[in-house]
Amino acid sequence: MNNKRTELQVSAIKNGTVIDHIASENTFRVFQILNLEHIKEQVYLGTNLESKKLGKKGIIKISGKFFDPEEINKIALVAPHATLIEIKDYEVTKKEKINLPESIDKIVKCMNPKCVTNNQDVPTKFKLITDHHGKTKLSCHYCEKTMAQEDIWFL
Amino acid sequence: MIELKNKSLISITDYSKEEILHVLDIAEDFEKNHRQRLLDNHVIASLFFEPSTRTRLSFESAVQYLGGSIIGFANADTSSVRKGESLKDTILTVSNYSDLIIMRNPLDGSARFASEVSPVPIINAGDGANQHPTQCLLDLYSIRKTQGSLENIHIALVGDLKYGRTVHSLVQALSLFNATFHLVSPESLKLPSAVKRWIKDAGLEYHQYTELTDVIPFSDIIYMTRIQGERFPDPVEYEKVKNSYILENKMLSASKENLRILHPLPRVNEISEDVDNNPKAYYFQQAKNGVYVRQALIAAILGLKD
Repeated sequence: MNNKRTELQVSAIKNGTVIDHIASENTFRVFQILNLEHIKEQVYLGTNLESKKLGKKGIIKISGKFFDPEEINKIALVAPHATLIEIKDYEVTKKEKINLPESIDKIVKCMNPKCVTNNQDVPTKFKLITDHHGKTKLSCHYCEKTMAQEDIWFL
Repeated sequence: MIELKNKSLISITDYSKEEILHVLDIAEDFEKNHRQRLLDNHVIASLFFEPSTRTRLSFESAVQYLGGSIIGFANADTSSVRKGESLKDTILTVSNYSDLIIMRNPLDGSARFASEVSPVPIINAGDGANQHPTQCLLDLYSIRKTQGSLENIHIALVGDLKYGRTVHSLVQALSLFNATFHLVSPESLKLPSAVKRWIKDAGLEYHQYTELTDVIPFSDIIYMTRIQGERFPDPVEYEKVKNSYILENKMLSASKENLRILHPLPRVNEISEDVDNNPKAYYFQQAKNGVYVRQALIAAILGLKD
């Protein structure tokens, strides 16, 4: 029943993608990294919605937009618990939990100013590692520095 | 059969325990006879994009004792880098003229990148604050030679454990050999937690101290480091800690017989000169071992010595 209430809080879309189960505090970050402010189609954004799983969650619905794997990786970094739902003609055609990939290529900037990727024409590459607190971190393939998810800057 | 032919060395973790021991075994042979002309008709490029005395001369000496020729530069100002050439272009060009490239570059990760674009193997002679794996190999060689084995060593690491890249590599490498780590540093220069994690993940122990005298009685190796002013973002912080640990000869009276003092050099004042004549001082011999280890590595990577 809760699900239904959530749906009513944000309008349905005919065709496009719903990003559900975003931790509330990251909703605007997801909006930002996907450059949704430049999109011409309708975009609905809801935050602080009730969620059994997360307590409070965010949801973004984008009309006429389907994400490529690179964009999905970006979402995974900011909202690792998100669900991606593709809608065609008001029907759910695909629903999947986002998975963090093993490596993140070309989309994140290394925070080390002395890293070769910030000084030469070298595409960035990171391995995802889990620290001893169970937090996901990015380890630069080149300079070997690690950075926390909250320090991520997208290229 | 351990095969290092064409295997670049960028980070000490690129080599397995067996591969590390293999290089040390070959180095032992070079220590017995370092004039072995295995590199006749070979050209080795030595590209030092930032100045280095010890490492560059040690590599060049290794190549010359092996009978090889060296091309390259000792300073980026005398290379086409000054004209704005990219690292990729420099590497691709120089790889046309040489069998192997030895490179030092101030950018972190530059050596890994070079190894990905180069058709010839790369030996990392230091990439910024990141890795310096041949220093690590010569440290391991020196420990094995003075202690008889690399296994079960009690090593005290002293000084700048935060920024000192040689310390980080040595911790990673000795974690393969069941070492116990005694970490002596000021509060602001403690070993980073990611490096401590290596120790824990290997199921090994570390202990932290602020006084150098605490570790002298039980250490097999004391590895002194220079507190490097250039790595400090804040000069005031550097002034506070620069003279934290100075090892003097009189402090060694209560030490173990097998203790040896190592230092990657150059030293400033952290080992008093009165230690130099103590038989436990090993840092100059350690630098000499660098030549044998580099000879071994070059010969192994070029497939000239098994």
